[in-house]
Amino acid sequence: MGPDYDFTDTPVSTGTTIMAVEFDGGVVIGADSRTSSGAYVANRVTDKLTQISDKIYCCRSGSAADTQAIADIVAYSLNYHRNQTNKEPLVWEAASEFRNYCYNYRDSLLAGIIVAGWDEERGGQVYSVPLGGMLTHEACTIGGSGSSFIYGFVREHYREGMPKEECVDFVKKAVQHAIFHDGSSGGVVRIGIITKDGIERRLFYNTESGLPTIVGSQSFVN
Amino acid sequence: MSTIGTGYDLSASQFSPDGRVFQIDYASKAVEKSGTVIGIRGMNCVVLAVEKIITDQLYEPDAASRIFTIEQNIGMAIAGLMADGNYIADIARQEAANFRGQFQRTIPLKNLCDRVSAYIHAYTLYSAVRPFGLSVIFASWSETEGPQLYKIEPSGTSFGYYACASGKAKQQAKTEMEKFKFADMTTDELVRSGGKIIYQVHDELKDKDFRYEMGIVGKETNGIHLINPESWTQLAVEAGEAAKNADDSENEI
Amino acid sequence: MMNNSFAQPMWQNGPAPGQFYNFIGGGYNNGAPAQLPRELTTCGPYGTKHSTAAITTGSSVLGIKFDGGVLVAADTLVSYGSLARYQNIDRVFKINDKILIGGSGDFADIQSIMRNIEQKMIEDQCCNDGVVMKPKAMATWMTRVLYNRRSRMNPLYIDVVVGGIDEGGAPYLGSVDLRGRAYDDYVVATGFARHLALPLVRERKPKDRDFTFEEATNLIREAMKVLYYRDTRSMPRYTVGICTAANCSIKGPFKVEENWTFAETVKGY
Repeated sequence: MGPDYDFTDTPVSTGTTIMAVEFDGGVVIGADSRTSSGAYVANRVTDKLTQISDKIYCCRSGSAADTQAIADIVAYSLNYHRNQTNKEPLVWEAASEFRNYCYNYRDSLLAGIIVAGWDEERGGQVYSVPLGGMLTHEACTIGGSGSSFIYGFVREHYREGMPKEECVDFVKKAVQHAIFHDGSSGGVVRIGIITKDGIERRLFYNTESGLPTIVGSQSFVN
Repeated sequence: MSTIGTGYDLSASQFSPDGRVFQIDYASKAVEKSGTVIGIRGMNCVVLAVEKIITDQLYEPDAASRIFTIEQNIGMAIAGLMADGNYIADIARQEAANFRGQFQRTIPLKNLCDRVSAYIHAYTLYSAVRPFGLSVIFASWSETEGPQLYKIEPSGTSFGYYACASGKAKQQAKTEMEKFKFADMTTDELVRSGGKIIYQVHDELKDKDFRYEMGIVGKETNGIHLINPESWTQLAVEAGEAAKNADDSENEI
Repeated sequence: MMNNSFAQPMWQNGPAPGQFYNFIGGGYNNGAPAQLPRELTTCGPYGTKHSTAAITTGSSVLGIKFDGGVLVAADTLVSYGSLARYQNIDRVFKINDKILIGGSGDFADIQSIMRNIEQKMIEDQCCNDGVVMKPKAMATWMTRVLYNRRSRMNPLYIDVVVGGIDEGGAPYLGSVDLRGRAYDDYVVATGFARHLALPLVRERKPKDRDFTFEEATNLIREAMKVLYYRDTRSMPRYTVGICTAANCSIKGPFKVEENWTFAETVKGY
C-alpha cells in the first residue's frame, strides 16, 4: 500500500476552509464540509460550524479530534459561567478561553479556530486563534488549508460595512473558490448568520439542487 | 443552661434554638465597634469614605488603611477587624486575577462580590473556623457597567446599593444619606458629600481624633481606583469640616 | 502572590544534591510525580515535547535613545510562515508612563508575556505605595522570566526591546532575548534590524553627545524604510512608541516613504 492510500493510521483532520465576516448587527460564518484522513474523505457532510453558546459559534480547522475536544470544553465552561452569572457569555470571553487552551497546549494540539458571535456589549465580532495560540480581532477572517487559495479573492472583494445578504454571498463565493482549488476542502458550503436573534443556518450545494440530475438507472450499453 | 441560647455560641456550626448562629452575631459586633465606613454611588463615580479612628498618636498617618485596591477599577473598604480585611482583600485580588486569567478582562463587580460572599459565607458553616469580623464594601466603575456598589455582611449575604454604610454610626450615616440624591451627583459633589457624612457622624465625645480616608473610582479617574488622591481628599475634608462647624453652631442655642 | 505560570520556584523539579537532573516530562522525580503546571508538562514517551519553532511571528524592533527619552518602532505585521497574515497588529506596547516594550518573535508568546505584565502592573497598583515600575527593572525581570523558561528547556521564542524613563529621569533602552541575554545601549534592535539598522544608526552617532529627538526620528524613518526594502517579513506600515519624562504614548501607524522610480534605469537583469 502506497503512502497515499494508507489513511488507516493517518490522523483525521479537517483540511478545511473556514471564514467569518462581521456586518452591522451580527456575523456571517461559513465552512466547507470535508473531513479527510490523508487523501481519504472521512466525512463529506461535516458540520464545522460548532455551537459554543446561544449566540457564539466557532469554525474549526486542524485536527477534528482536537478541535471538537476544545469546543466541548469551552462550551461546557461558558455554560457553567452563564449559569453562575445569569449573563450570556461575551464573544471575547469565548475567544479568550479558546486561546488559553490553544496556547497552553500548543505543543500537543493541531487547532486553528475562528470564534464568532454576537453579544449585547459589542454586537457581532470575529476573533482568530491560529496555530501558535495568539488571539486577534479581525472584521473578516479566513482559515484552514483552503484559505490560502482565496486571500486574493477576499482582499479584492471584501468591503467594510457590507449588508448581511452581501456578506452571505461573499462568504459563499469565497468558500466555493477554496473548495474548487483545495483538495482538502469540499462537499457543500455551510453558512451561519448570527444576530441578536440567534443563528440562521443556510446550506449551499455545489451542484444545481444537490440531487442527482440523472434519474433512474443509466445504461452504459447503447 | 439557664437562659435560652446559652451554650450555643461556641461554634459557628450550631444553631441556637431560636434559629441564630451566635458566632455571626458576634462577628457583627466586631463590625459595629469599627469606625464608620460608607460607599456612595454617583452619576459617573463611586466614592468610599472611611472614618479611621486614631487609637494611638504614635501610629504613622497612613497606618491601618481600611481602603484597598482589588483591580484596576475596583476598590474595597472594610469595617471590622483589620487583619481579616487584609486577608479578604487578598482573596478578592486572587478572584479578580483568576477571572482575568480566564477571560482577559476585569471581573464585573457583581461577579466578584458573589465569589467573595461565597467565601465569607463558608466561614459561617464549620466549627473549626470563626466567621470574618467584617463588613466589606466594593466599588467599581467601568464604561460598560457604569458605577457599581456592593456590600457584604459577616454572614456572607450581599446586596447592591445606591449608598451604604457600616460601622459605629451606620444608622446615623444611613439617615444622613437618605437626604441626598447621589445618583444625580457629579464627581466633585459626590466627593464633598462623602466628606460631609463622615464628619457629621463622627462622635467627638466618644472617639478622639480621626483621619478621613477615601477611595474613588469613576470616569474622571479614567476607571482607575485611587486611594486618598490629594485634591479630592482635600475637597472632601473641607466640605466635612464646614458641615461639622455648621452643625456645631446649630447646637448652640 | 498570584498564580504566575512564569515565575515558579527556581529549583522546582530539580535534582536533590548528589543526584542527576531529571528532565521535565520524564514524569517522576524521586518517585514523586513532577509537580509542574500542565501547560509545561506534556508528557510523551520520550519526555516532554516542546515547540521548537515560532508559528506566528513579528519581525524587527528598533529602539533609539535621544537626549530626552527613547523611541521604539516596529512594523504592524505578524507573519504566518512567509504568509503576511496579520497586517494590522501593534507590536509596540505601552506598559505605563515610564515603560515601552517592542516585541518580536513568536507573537503568541509576546501576547502571553504581556498578559503577565498586565497582571503584574495590577498587583503593583494594589500595593498602593506610589512606586511605579521603571524600564531597567522591567528588563531585568524579563531576563529572569526568559532565562527561567530556557532553563526548563521550554523557552519563550521572543526578542524584546524595553525602553523608557528610568529612576532619576534618565532614558533607558535595552533588549532581552529568548535565552535571557540582555544588554543596554543608545540603540538596540532585534531581528533584521540588528543587521540593517544598527550600523546605520551607529554611523550617525555624534561622539560627544546624544541624538536629538529630530535626529532619532529621522533615523527611525530611514531604518524602517531600509527594513521594508530588505526584510521579506516586513511591511511598509509601522508604529512608534515615544517615551519622555513628560509623556509616553504610541504614535502611528505611519507609512514608509518608499521610492521605486529608479527601477526604470535598470535594464538587463
